[in-house]
Amino acid sequence: MIQARFDLAYPGFALHADLQVFAHGIIALFGPSGSGKTTLLRCIAGLERTGNGMLRVQDEVWQDGANFMPVHQRPLGYVFQEASLFPHLSVRQNLEYGLKRIPPAQRKVQLEQVVEWLGLNKLIGRDSPAGLSGGERQRVAIARALLTSPRLLLMDEPLSALDAASKREILPYLERLHSELEIPVIYVSHALDEVARLADHLALMEQGRIIASGALNEILARLDLPTAHLDDAGAVIKASVAVHDEKYHLTRLDFSGGSLWVSKVERAAGSPVRARVLARDVSIATVMPQGSSISNIITTRITGIQDEGPDRVSLRLAAGDGQILLSRITRRSRDQLGLTTGMEVFAQVKSVALIA
Amino acid sequence: MESAFSSADLSAIWLTFKLAAVVTVILLLVGTPIAWWLARTRSWWKGPVGAVVALPIVLPPTVIGFYLLVAMGPSGPLGQLTQSLGIGLLPFTFAGLVIASVFYSLPFVVQPLQNAFEAIPERALETAATLRASARDTFFSVVLPLAKPGFLTASVLGFAHTVGEFGVVLMIGGNIPDKTRVVSVQIYDHVEAMEYASAHWLSAGMVVFAFVALLALYTLNPTGRRRS
Repeated sequence: MIQARFDLAYPGFALHADLQVFAHGIIALFGPSGSGKTTLLRCIAGLERTGNGMLRVQDEVWQDGANFMPVHQRPLGYVFQEASLFPHLSVRQNLEYGLKRIPPAQRKVQLEQVVEWLGLNKLIGRDSPAGLSGGERQRVAIARALLTSPRLLLMDEPLSALDAASKREILPYLERLHSELEIPVIYVSHALDEVARLADHLALMEQGRIIASGALNEILARLDLPTAHLDDAGAVIKASVAVHDEKYHLTRLDFSGGSLWVSKVERAAGSPVRARVLARDVSIATVMPQGSSISNIITTRITGIQDEGPDRVSLRLAAGDGQILLSRITRRSRDQLGLTTGMEVFAQVKSVALIA
Repeated sequence: MESAFSSADLSAIWLTFKLAAVVTVILLLVGTPIAWWLARTRSWWKGPVGAVVALPIVLPPTVIGFYLLVAMGPSGPLGQLTQSLGIGLLPFTFAGLVIASVFYSLPFVVQPLQNAFEAIPERALETAATLRASARDTFFSVVLPLAKPGFLTASVLGFAHTVGEFGVVLMIGGNIPDKTRVVSVQIYDHVEAMEYASAHWLSAGMVVFAFVALLALYTLNPTGRRRS
């Protein structure tokens, strides 16, 4: 368990955060700019000392009242928004900076291993980090943090300073860390697509408070939360690769509430995948559509309806065993189709983003 | 001319070198914590302390020398302290000259160090802390290497400025051969005695020394290039 409670106030900003999560997988702190995500992360790291706080990570108390474990004694890794590599050290010395300060008996990972994971073989011989690209620098920074064998990894928008190409370059590495490492990660982000792709647990922040916290799917599918009203709102479905259609270059994904055809994915049958379905890509039919170009049609039941501005509504659709879809349609369509909670409808999914 | 420098000249040169070296070492030890504090503090005291440190830049050396003389004198606080410690009085001794020079050259060491420390981003220190480095460890493994150009500048300026002092030396040290008669005072003596040739040799030596010191500073120190 990670239990954190922090209260602090600056002119124009106050943090009153209370977070309790299982220390497992990737925990995303999501919210708009200025909602206090980074401040909360810095409190957890011990980089902010002002105010009151209580922090317990697994069975260790890091902060409670007057007890304050200094940053350098906390077994954590921190990846800042900018890579913050030491300019006076070579790439190898940067990687070894934290490693050298960990007693050999407490090291859980080797330098070679981490270099391999993050694809740093060609970079480790560089005399200075000055010539590295943004994505390369961030990979070195992540490796440097991992080499301290942290019990908790804190990442503060590690992708937000990067261009789209560098983001695409790094995301697979982050996914690998997720699947291969046992280290819990607290990941701050204001990009919903990143969160949907990486997170297992989602804590939403607004004006210095945590307004909701729970499993990723559960939070994304709640109509009462701001995440459901964002432009790129959508649900994440946990599916597995079923069959490939070589002729049309398609792959069928099966999940408990049905199946989805997507562009062919290069994965063996049976592999788990995450599929993200945006609310605006889901339309509704009350009878099974005939002669439609949309081949992904899922039988669902409406479990929630909420107005979305003057012209639109959001629908929450249950498909099978706990899988939820969101749909955004016009208010007029809702009235013309007479949609109400509890009705069985057909969700037509126009496009699916495979995210992991 | 059989020799460019008389034995009195050589003795003054050696004394000047010894004084500047001792003062530079003391200044680096004393100036580093002051500069670090000035660079990092958010205290209200930053302004007043910074101004006091910078005073020797604008005050006439005779004013500094005068107050130090009073302080070190028999009824001054420093003088009473040294007397009670059994050291005796400091004016007209090498030790007195060292203390006076430390005050006189302080801003020339503190200011370059302060600039160098201020240029180190807070983030570098935070990063080191998250990589398990204590504050002390961070100072030696991150701050010192990043501030190296500042230390070079501070050392050269502190040394050269001490070599070049005159007014403070006259007020505190007087003109005692082998004890307080440094090069600048020796030149003054030569001129008073109308020994212009000897004054030339020493003066030219000072010009060359100052030029070489500054040249070394500007060529070795990469900060100028990095900033441009």
